[in-house]
Amino acid sequence: MTADLWTALFIGILTAFVGYEVISRVPVLLHTPLMSGSNFIHGIVLVGAIVALGIATTPLEEAIGFVAVIMGAMNVTGGYVVTERILAMFDRSKKKGGPP
Amino acid sequence: MIAWQEPLVDAVYVVAVIAFILGLRAMSSPATARQGIVQAGIAMLIAVAVTIVEPGLSNFALIALGVLVGGLAGWYWARVVQMTAMPQMVAIFNGMGGGAAAAIAAVVLLGNLSDHTISGLALAGAVIGAVSIAGSMIAFLKLQGWLRSKAIVYPIQQPTNIVVLALGVGFGVYSLVSGLTFWLLPFFVLLLLFGILMALPIGGADMPVVISLFNAMTGIAVALDGFALVNGPLGDAGYAMVIAGTLVGAAGSLLTLLMAKAMNRSVGNVLFGAFGAVEETGTTMKGTMKPIEVDDVAALMAYANSVIIAPGYGMAVAQAQQKVKELADVLESKGVSVKFAIHPVAGRMPGHMNVLLAEAGISYDKLFDRDEINQEFPNTDVVLVIGANDVVNPAAHRAGSPLQGMPILDVEGAHNVIVIKRGQGKGFAGIENDLFYRDNTRMLYGDAQAVVGQLVSAIKRLD
Repeated sequence: MTADLWTALFIGILTAFVGYEVISRVPVLLHTPLMSGSNFIHGIVLVGAIVALGIATTPLEEAIGFVAVIMGAMNVTGGYVVTERILAMFDRSKKKGGPP
Repeated sequence: MIAWQEPLVDAVYVVAVIAFILGLRAMSSPATARQGIVQAGIAMLIAVAVTIVEPGLSNFALIALGVLVGGLAGWYWARVVQMTAMPQMVAIFNGMGGGAAAAIAAVVLLGNLSDHTISGLALAGAVIGAVSIAGSMIAFLKLQGWLRSKAIVYPIQQPTNIVVLALGVGFGVYSLVSGLTFWLLPFFVLLLLFGILMALPIGGADMPVVISLFNAMTGIAVALDGFALVNGPLGDAGYAMVIAGTLVGAAGSLLTLLMAKAMNRSVGNVLFGAFGAVEETGTTMKGTMKPIEVDDVAALMAYANSVIIAPGYGMAVAQAQQKVKELADVLESKGVSVKFAIHPVAGRMPGHMNVLLAEAGISYDKLFDRDEINQEFPNTDVVLVIGANDVVNPAAHRAGSPLQGMPILDVEGAHNVIVIKRGQGKGFAGIENDLFYRDNTRMLYGDAQAVVGQLVSAIKRLD
C-alpha cells in the first residue's frame, strides 16, 4: 500500500467515529431528514464521477463515466431537494405551533 | 502541472467536508437542521464546480451535459413528487448514488486492472454499489406499489442468492487475476441480479431498516471508490469521497441498527428472514372484534379529557394526515388534550409519520416518541389508532408470538381504544392483533381519510 492509501485509511477510520458521534443523538423526529440528508452527502460521488469521465480515454470508459455523472447528479440534486422540502415543513410547523 | 489549481481544489474540498459534518450535526435539532442542509448544499455546489479546474481532465462537454441532464431530472422529480411518495424518492436517489459508485468503479477497473491494490478497492466498491442500486430499485418498485410489497419467496432462496453472489465476486476476482476485462461483464450482471434477489424477500414494513441500510451501503461504496482514487493523479477528489462516504456509512449503519432494534430483530433477520411471508396459524383469538359507528366515536372523543392518536402506514396510504390535523384542531377547540404517539418504525421509512404530520402542519411538540408516551396510556381516555397494526399489537408481550419482544405502543392500557382500519385483515406481519379483540377496543371500519373526515363533521355537529 502507498503512503496516500495509508493516509486515506487513517482519515476514514477517524471519520467513522465522527459520523457515529455526530448523529448518535438525533431525535426520532428528524430520522427522515437525517437519512435523506446523508443521502445527499454521499452525492459527493458526483465529484468522483466527473473525475472518472474526465480521465476516461476509450469510448467504453466515456460511456460508463457519462452514466456515472448523470446518476451522481441525480443523487445530489434529488437528495438535496427532498431534504430541503422535508425540513421546510418542520420549519413551518414550528411557527404554527407557538403558544396561542 | 499548473501550480494554483491543486491547492484551490484541496482547500475547497476541506471546506466542503467541514460543511458536511456540521450539516449532519445540525440534524440533531429541528431549529438548526434547515440551515445545516443549506450550508452543506452550497459547499457541495462549490466542490462540484471546482472539480472542473482539476488539471488533466478532458471530456468537458460530456461532463456538462451529464451534470445538466441528471441534475435537472433529479431536481424536477424531487420537486413535483407528493410528500407521501418520499420513501420511494429517498430509495431512488440513493440507488442513483450506488449506481454512480459502481460506474466509477468500472471506469477505474478498466484503466487499472493490473494494479491490484487499486483494482481490489474498486472491485469492493463495485460490489456494494451494484447491490445498492439494484436493491434500491426493488425497494422503489415495492414502495411505489408497482411490485408486490409482501415478501416474495421461493424454494432454496437464500442458497440461490449466495451462489449468485459468490459467482459474481468470483468473476470479478478472476478478471483481476487474469487481467481480462471481459469478465467484468458477468461480474456486474450477477451482482445487480444479487441486489434484486436480496431485496425481493423483504416486505413493506421492513422498509425503514432496508432503506437506511442501502443508504449506508452507498456511503461505503463511495468511500471505497475514494480509496481507489487517492492513488491516482487526481487523488484529492478521493479524499473528499472517503470522508463524505464514511460519514454516511457510519450514520446510516447507526440508523439501520436503531430501526432493527425498534423491531427487536437483527438486521440479518430483516434481510433474510422473509418476515411476514408465512401467516401465523394455530392461535385462536378469544372474543370478537366489536364495530362502532362514527357518531359514537365523535361523542366519546369530544367529551374526553385526553386523546392520543397513534398513526401508522394506513394513514400514509389513505393520505389522511390533513384530516387528522383537522380532527386534532376541532378536539383542541373543545378543550381536549391531543397528543400523537409515534413508533420509530411506523410507516415505510425512519421518521415517516413525523414527516407526514409535519406536512399537515401539526406542531412537532405534540409528537411523542414511544418511550416518552408509553406510561401515559393508562391515564388516557381515548386512543385513536389510524392504520397502525403490528406496532400496537400486544401479542409482542405474549411468549411464542412472532412479534415477541418487539417494543410496542402500549395503547391497550387506555380507557377506550378506537381502531380505524380498512377491513378485518391482519397486519403486515400476518399476525392476529390481540388488541382488536380487547373489551376496551372498538373497530371503526373504512378508509382513514373518509372516516376521519366524518369524525370531524360529527364532532362539529355536537355543538
